[in-house]
Amino acid sequence: MVTMTSAPFEYMRPKTVAEASRLLSKYGGGAKLLAGGHSLVPLMKLRLASPQALIDLSGVGELKGINSSASGLSIGAMTTYHELESSVEVQRAAPLLADAASQVADAQVRNFGTIGGAVSHSDPSADLPAVVLALDAVMKTATQRAGRDIPVERFFKDFLTTALRQNEVLTRIEVPKLPANTGTSYIKQSNKASHYAVVGVAAVITLGADGVCERARVAITGAGPYAVRAKRTERMLVGKKLAPNVIRNAAKRAGAEISGSFNEDVHASAGYREAMTQVFAERAITAAVANAR
Amino acid sequence: MVMAKLGDSVRRVEDDRLITGRGRYVDDIKLNGMLYVSLVRSPHAHALIKNVDVSAAAALPGVETVFTGADLQEQLGSLPAGWTIKDMVAPPHPPMAFEKVRVVGDAVAAVVAIDPAIAADAAQLVDVTYEVLPAIVDAEKATKPGAPQLHEESSDNVAFNWEVHGGDYATAAKSAEVVVKQRIINQRLIPNSMETRGVVADYDPGNDHLTIYTSTQIPHLMRLLFSLITGHPEHKLRVVAPDVGGAFGCKLYLYAEEVICGIIAKNLGRPVKWTEGRQENYVATTHGRDHIADVEICGNKDGTITGLNAHIYANLGAYLSTFAPGIPTVLFGLMLSGQYKIPSISCKVTGVFTNTTPVDAYRGAGRPEATHLVERMVDMFAQEIGRDPLVVRRKNFLAPFKNGKEVATGVKYDSGNYQGALNRALEIFDVKAFREEQRAARKEGKLLGVGFSTYIEICGMAPSAVAGALGAGAGLWESSTVRVHPTGKVTVLTGTSPHGQGHETSFAQIVSAELGVPMEDVDVLHGDTDRQQFGTGTFGSRSLAVGGQALMMSLKKVKDKALKIAARELDADPKMVRFEDGVYSLEDIAEKQLPFASVALAAHSALNLPPRMEPGLEETSFFDPENFTWPFGAHICVVEIDEATGETKIAKYVAVDDIGNVINPMIVDGMVHGGIAQGIGQALQEGAVYSSDGQLLTGSMLDYAVPTAEDLPSFITDRTVTPTNVNDLGAKGAGEAGTIAASPAVINAVVDALKHLGVKHIDMPLRSEHVWRTINDAKVAQRANRSVSAVKGS
Ligand SMILES: Cc1cc2nc3c(=O)[nH]c(=O)nc-3n(C[C@H](O)[C@H](O)[C@H](O)COP(=O)(O)OP(=O)(O)OC[C@H]3O[C@@H](n4cnc5c(N)ncnc54)[C@H](O)[C@@H]3O)c2cc1C
Repeated sequence: MVTMTSAPFEYMRPKTVAEASRLLSKYGGGAKLLAGGHSLVPLMKLRLASPQALIDLSGVGELKGINSSASGLSIGAMTTYHELESSVEVQRAAPLLADAASQVADAQVRNFGTIGGAVSHSDPSADLPAVVLALDAVMKTATQRAGRDIPVERFFKDFLTTALRQNEVLTRIEVPKLPANTGTSYIKQSNKASHYAVVGVAAVITLGADGVCERARVAITGAGPYAVRAKRTERMLVGKKLAPNVIRNAAKRAGAEISGSFNEDVHASAGYREAMTQVFAERAITAAVANAR
Repeated sequence: MVMAKLGDSVRRVEDDRLITGRGRYVDDIKLNGMLYVSLVRSPHAHALIKNVDVSAAAALPGVETVFTGADLQEQLGSLPAGWTIKDMVAPPHPPMAFEKVRVVGDAVAAVVAIDPAIAADAAQLVDVTYEVLPAIVDAEKATKPGAPQLHEESSDNVAFNWEVHGGDYATAAKSAEVVVKQRIINQRLIPNSMETRGVVADYDPGNDHLTIYTSTQIPHLMRLLFSLITGHPEHKLRVVAPDVGGAFGCKLYLYAEEVICGIIAKNLGRPVKWTEGRQENYVATTHGRDHIADVEICGNKDGTITGLNAHIYANLGAYLSTFAPGIPTVLFGLMLSGQYKIPSISCKVTGVFTNTTPVDAYRGAGRPEATHLVERMVDMFAQEIGRDPLVVRRKNFLAPFKNGKEVATGVKYDSGNYQGALNRALEIFDVKAFREEQRAARKEGKLLGVGFSTYIEICGMAPSAVAGALGAGAGLWESSTVRVHPTGKVTVLTGTSPHGQGHETSFAQIVSAELGVPMEDVDVLHGDTDRQQFGTGTFGSRSLAVGGQALMMSLKKVKDKALKIAARELDADPKMVRFEDGVYSLEDIAEKQLPFASVALAAHSALNLPPRMEPGLEETSFFDPENFTWPFGAHICVVEIDEATGETKIAKYVAVDDIGNVINPMIVDGMVHGGIAQGIGQALQEGAVYSSDGQLLTGSMLDYAVPTAEDLPSFITDRTVTPTNVNDLGAKGAGEAGTIAASPAVINAVVDALKHLGVKHIDMPLRSEHVWRTINDAKVAQRANRSVSAVKGS
């Protein structure tokens, strides 16, 4: 428990996604993809993970770069937090993503950690899972043979578990263009040590010309075993003018999807997380409404 | 060329090498044929060792050998407690466990390999069979019947009971108008020095010389203790502390790994290295604080405090670390009078073994715990009688004094002007304006609070006889040598052992000011028992007050001798020779001048020395102070609390410290800033948390929240100056002031922000949930009270 060195492993650095997938198949579960390494390597140092082989994705060109088009953004899985927060395209088309990326950990982590690694890991306290949920992103994946488009809603399955198959590589995250009059916000309470979210809420709110809420996406991380949409809250917003009491009442239901499985650890109890889910939902929705106008 | 004066903010001379990566730490040392040690540590907090199977580990290619605790049992001896309390139980502390482990992290085997990674892999292969025993982590519960028992020598896990009584508390409490009681928890902290520990041991069998490079604050004491427990002759043992990357007290002891590596090097006849990992550091290096205190303060409604009484369960961890018994007793209990005249003070400390990492000094060591308790209780007393905490403080302050003042705990402060420091702080911080701001903010649902901490500390360890009477096992004096070379360059040897404090600058600055030589011509050497004949090390803010004085004494001897030589060279009566800015001159004859370097050369060439004078220009001095020094100050903290979440932010922090005369204000500011950061860290967010079976839940920096710049405001610091007469520099010590003062300032501010809700006390750390629950509980209680009074009214 006090070791700081990983178990021995083989190391390879493929040039293509197909090759990476082939290697995954070859080791049949014994290999791990390595992106920024900031979730995986700490686990290996603790020997909570001891993969037989590491497949370093840093040489795979297809996984890099941010492309902007009329339909939205296409973000390579190997894009770092730092690239997200400093990209003008991301700031313009998905300010929520840039802002949330800037709230992750510290500069060292943001220089290494990637969006692909963050969502593939499905850490219950990671920030970006809530953000990609609120943005209705599409997860593009590939194996040696074929590719899939997984709607984000079907991507996060459980604690540290996603819809990715054993030999599948997440290649790009596609963020659709936001409708007009849409405001966004991500607010979290971070644990003071690592800055992982104790509770984080992402809100994307679209208002009609009359100020009535046309569309609402509210997603929560940190609180439960994996990031989820707060659908009950969303339903209580859509079709209404978002006066403070409407937002407050809707936010009260923000934990409904997590009910009974709130996390509990040295940083916060389940009860506190439940209460904070409501507080941060109210604040995130309020802030999103404010910048939608 | 920098010609320094005392009081100049000279730039730190060590920073150039340290921040450009050219420092030389233990882990940078590589010796020919060196092997690497990895320690197999217990994953259980309390267990019997049934079997240790090293065969798989020993078979791994690259592994030289594997030692178990049983293999080395005889040679390793037992780690000593260097501080003794009357009737203390000091059970054996084997550096490597061989029968029983008592804490997660106890070493049970040592793998030696040609490479650190191989050693770590092999350590995983050592198969230890344990019989797990129930564990206990709470100091109070550990003393109760039926609690798991750590050591055969102590049936109730109690190591000692220590008491101090001044006046008659029971009578004071009986006749007082008000008695306020509170349980105060001072949580366990992890020191987190930037450099973890490390050891390189090198044995030369030809002449039985053993050299140990170790990241320590106390090379000479470490050598003495090592030699005492292992029998390796002290004169054939060299201990070197190269650059040491911080310590905060946690490198103040003889550690198991130092002994293990030294003995392994002797057994193998090859150098070995052990480098502590961060997570290993969290369990294998001492922790700090961990008090459960039941406190009473009594006094009258006019604000007079008449008595203070405290019982403390001090969690000592699984074994007694070197200074552990002295920290919660002498450095805590004797400090309970604070800046006040309190006629009766009673304190009883129960030191308790638990299945946790040993607890010893951590920045402030006992004094933060004392200050927290006193400053909290003074505030609670003020709140109880409905008076302004500043008024109550002023009413009870000791009047300014210059030549000593004894307080009820029996100690004698050197000099103080507590009103002066508070007045200065209140010039900087406008309390009236703040109270208005606070009222306005509350109307908008924002919670602001201000807290005060008027603290005293004990520094300049120590008058040896006094420390000895209080339990210290060694003298705490200091030594220095000033060696002037023939070219006039100067080497200073000091027995203090800096690890971030900037001695190379401050000490050189003193030499520059006294001898008129540029800073560049002075080299300050420390941390090597072959170079400095003896020294006590660096801790307890002692280096300048004790080591600086030893330096002053050597400089005076050098100057006296040099003046005589200069007079001879100038062919004048020594009384007529002036020494200024490094030049000897005669008042009446302007052209007759002699620079210091020429006198240094004359001292060594010895062609024309005064009769019977010995050649050379080198002097050594030993200084044993007659009293401690007693710095003090007034800190003010403003907090802002988010009522809905409990998140607490420090909005403003003002520190006025009085550490006597200041040699280098920039270094002192750095010390104060770092100290406050650590004090705020304890108040807001730090805290080692154990599960009930003894697993450290905050086992890495992912969960243990060391404060960063983001958590802190920009501090406003200032000083008043009340010199001490304990040393010629008039300097008291600055290393711990910030940490000692800060935590009660923060907590007092939080209680101030919440007192309208009926909150009287809150324990550290102020994790958001904790504050949020405190607020909610207070509101519930308030509502209940209201409905009770409504029922009564109807
Ligand atoms: C000190 C510290 C503080 C942190 N604080 C925060 C914080 O505040 N908020 C936060 O959100 N996170 C935080 N993190 C986690 C950090 O953001 C991680 O970097 C991130 O979660 C994982 O990204 P990575 O690129 O480092 O992935 P890696 O660690 O390399 O990989 C993580 C997992 O994803 C898999 N994987 C990676 N890429 C792919 C891919 N393209 N396809 C399929 N699987 C893939 C890997 O095999 C592995 O299982 C912190 C980490 C540290 C060390």
